[in-house]
Amino acid sequence: MSHLLEINNLRTHFFTREGVVHAVDGISYTVDRGKTLGIVGESGCGKSVGAMTIMKLIPMPPGRIVEGEILFEGKDLTKASERQLQSIRGNDIAMIFQDPMTSLNPVLRIGYQLTEGMRIHLGMSKQEAQERAVELMDAVGIPAGRNRLDDYPHQFSGGMRQRVMIAMALSCDPKLLIADEPTTALDVTIQAQIIDLLEQLQDQFGMAMLLITHDLGVVAGVSDDIVVMYAGKIVEHTDTDELFGNPQHPYTEALLGSIPRLDDTRRRELANIPGLPPDLVNPPSGCRFHPRCRYATQICVDKEPPLAPYDGGPGHLVACWHYRDSREK
Amino acid sequence: MAKYIIRRILWTIPVLLTVVLFSFLLMKAIPGGPFTREVSLPQQIVDNLNEKYGLDDPWYIQYARYIYHAVQGDLGVSMTQRGRTVTSIVGNAFPVSMQLGLGSFTLAMVIGVPLGVIAALRHNSWADYLAIFVASIGWAIPVIIIAPLLIYFFSVRWSFFPAFGWGDTERMVLPIIALGTGFTAYFARLTRSAMLETLQQDYVRTAKAKGLPWGKVVWRHVLRNSLIPVVTQAGPLLGFLVTGSFLTEYIFSIPGMGRYFVDSVTNRDYSIVLGLAVILSAVIVLANLVVDILYGFLDPRIRYD
Repeated sequence: MSHLLEINNLRTHFFTREGVVHAVDGISYTVDRGKTLGIVGESGCGKSVGAMTIMKLIPMPPGRIVEGEILFEGKDLTKASERQLQSIRGNDIAMIFQDPMTSLNPVLRIGYQLTEGMRIHLGMSKQEAQERAVELMDAVGIPAGRNRLDDYPHQFSGGMRQRVMIAMALSCDPKLLIADEPTTALDVTIQAQIIDLLEQLQDQFGMAMLLITHDLGVVAGVSDDIVVMYAGKIVEHTDTDELFGNPQHPYTEALLGSIPRLDDTRRRELANIPGLPPDLVNPPSGCRFHPRCRYATQICVDKEPPLAPYDGGPGHLVACWHYRDSREK
Repeated sequence: MAKYIIRRILWTIPVLLTVVLFSFLLMKAIPGGPFTREVSLPQQIVDNLNEKYGLDDPWYIQYARYIYHAVQGDLGVSMTQRGRTVTSIVGNAFPVSMQLGLGSFTLAMVIGVPLGVIAALRHNSWADYLAIFVASIGWAIPVIIIAPLLIYFFSVRWSFFPAFGWGDTERMVLPIIALGTGFTAYFARLTRSAMLETLQQDYVRTAKAKGLPWGKVVWRHVLRNSLIPVVTQAGPLLGFLVTGSFLTEYIFSIPGMGRYFVDSVTNRDYSIVLGLAVILSAVIVLANLVVDILYGFLDPRIRYD
């Protein structure tokens, strides 16, 4: 069976006055039906741009897809017309965004915003769509949904708004849900609730999910596979257990080292990654991580490491000249 | 809502009292009086006139007396135009200024706002640059330049429209264009920047991500949010335009409030100045009230009670 989503060598660049921003610079991955792929990386590594490119939601210009394919059910979205994209957006592929406070239109009623997509894609009448909106609100845990259809976004809390966003995204039964930092703007207790909710709804609706986050803790429990991005490129790609148990790229190691652990009894200082995220207009030569990498040697400066299967498991890809096992040999 | 409106209307009372007080004090602060002439009148006559109009009393007595009569609808009589009441002068001048002001306002809204919308939707295209270029020029050129140019070309050279006066429609065209051009340009720019800001909002991206056609995104999710700053500016502008533009009225010899205002200040015609000040501030206060009520409809986050 073919993949639901297949990204091949995608490059999205922004042509700005300061130069060309290589936001996404040749990434490839696949998402299968019903599965979850987590995309992890620090702010500005291109993970959100990459996700928004799938639905062509980046501003063009200045953004442009300079290379690559986005195959959704075998069809290349980079070549799709705006009209074809409109019939896919919100229908086959839905998206939820980082900030629920600003992602809902403040002057329109929740009921209207929830039903808009269904009326367009599923041709429902206002009544039918409202009935389904109430069911959806129930499914995402908004109590007394029927009484809230006429409310405005400011009458909801942050967590409740994100639930509205999720209900909105699910309204047309999408095959793929792209969640772009869905919990970043929420406080910690709500984060856990939202992640649990997403996981439960994924089973219920049988959709695939692309979960984008800077927080390894968020993807750990939910994702089947994880892609680690750095400076517009994929540096490591493997399944979740393998990534946490056997990280090979120094950047992944560093990311894992910077998570505080409750069960850590040693009173050690929280590790951090020295240096700043790279400038994507003039990215470093060779391996883009080399200025911040403590294992870097001359080859890392001169030559870019390919994303290749690391000796161990067949599905474990690493882009590093000195991946961990080679260092330990 | 009704309670809010009533409260706001009651608030205009202290506002108007203050406006009258300050106009009163300012007029008193200017040297001279309504009966100062180049050839000075005999002192006896001046004293008699001052007594007749109550100008020999202390200012606070005059102020109290003015308010006392004003609340009964009597704004007094002109001190320089014999036999004319302020009410009749304002009654003649106000409709004229209102027609001119409403005309220019309509021009600014009907042309300026759509122009701004188009420019924003075609951001960074030649249409956008052209609109902004024209709007910048329109906003930068003052009435005192536009009006004579309009008169020169459209009345003197081509005889399309009369050059002065008021009354029939064809006399209204040039003054309305002269007064309205700057504001049309201003509103085009204002609408454009408000639209561009709204287009950047996350909820517009959400609407797009839902698969709505672009037209629907603009119509439902962008326009209404962009109109909020436009309405903010439109209210006071309407008040300002309706109460008369001195320059436009002067150049086109239009018998509106702006002209009367300036003339009566020069003549120290205290009662007319005060009468016009009261009307002017009442209109502006009212226009602001209308804006605040409109807000409630445009933005549900604002609710009055």
